[in-house]
Amino acid sequence: MKKIFAGLAAVAFGVLLILGISASTDIFRYEDALTEGGAAARYIAKDVNGSNGEIVFGETNDAETGSANMVTSVIANYRSFDTLGEVTVLFLASLGVSLLAGTMVKNGKRKKSGFVLKTSARFLFPVMLLTGIYIFTHGHLTPGGGFPGGSMIASSFLLLYLADEGFSTRISSFKIAEGIAGLLYTAIGATGLLVGGYFLMNFLPTGTVGSLLSGGIIPIVYVLIGLKVGSEITGIVSSMYNGEVKV
Amino acid sequence: MSWFNVLEVAVSILLIVFAISAVVSKKLLTSIVMLSAVGMAAAVAFALLSAPDVAVTEAVIGSGLITFLFVASIRRAGKAGDVL
Repeated sequence: MKKIFAGLAAVAFGVLLILGISASTDIFRYEDALTEGGAAARYIAKDVNGSNGEIVFGETNDAETGSANMVTSVIANYRSFDTLGEVTVLFLASLGVSLLAGTMVKNGKRKKSGFVLKTSARFLFPVMLLTGIYIFTHGHLTPGGGFPGGSMIASSFLLLYLADEGFSTRISSFKIAEGIAGLLYTAIGATGLLVGGYFLMNFLPTGTVGSLLSGGIIPIVYVLIGLKVGSEITGIVSSMYNGEVKV
Repeated sequence: MSWFNVLEVAVSILLIVFAISAVVSKKLLTSIVMLSAVGMAAAVAFALLSAPDVAVTEAVIGSGLITFLFVASIRRAGKAGDVL
């Protein structure tokens, strides 16, 4: 009986989901968001501090935020203080896992993995690592950013942990990278406070929209976030796997 | 109905099928793998709904790291009682 009710509920929810997805292309359109003139439209058109005219990809110089990816311009520029809070939440979670996992018993002998598995994991590891680094260094141009890039770095280490029974990383170096990245993020914010009068201000020249070196502090902040998130999640993975934290 | 809509409906149906099998399957490990499949299908759905930023995050966290987290917890719990 319970299963029948659960199935009915799931089917009803599914019908709603399908209707929603097929209708969503009619409900929400980019042009509507632009003409309404709310906060979202201003974020998209990059004229929060006054009108800038049309933004042309690859041509406009010194646009507000200067990031081609509008999601990144919100995450790492307009709402960068929120992102600092998110990074802090992740840091606290990682700290909690380390503290709890320190009391756990170490895992026993692990099964030996085969030659093919080990070799292919080692072959795949640099590709995943490089993809993660690419995602966060190009966060202001292409989809993605510090959080997915950092998680991808962590999952490349997770791959090695899963495939190779003898693998272990030096956790202390990750802790140092994490601390330095967090410190630099707040230092950049404080520099903005000193230079322009408010915390995490984009005080560098923003350059041409669409080039790699554009967006002022956005690429710097995103690289720092990527390193921080990557080392934090690798720390979580490693302490969950080994059951013991070696500092 | 264009091919794009067909793809959207197919992904939605896959999402529901994976989610139901994650709930009703008897073995916990099967449930976890099905949850990971839900994450993958959700990533495709997000990409189709033109939210590529969310899609990348969902693909990495929803179907990669969450799976590891569940498997690791089950391995630890499995020593006390036989859950797996």
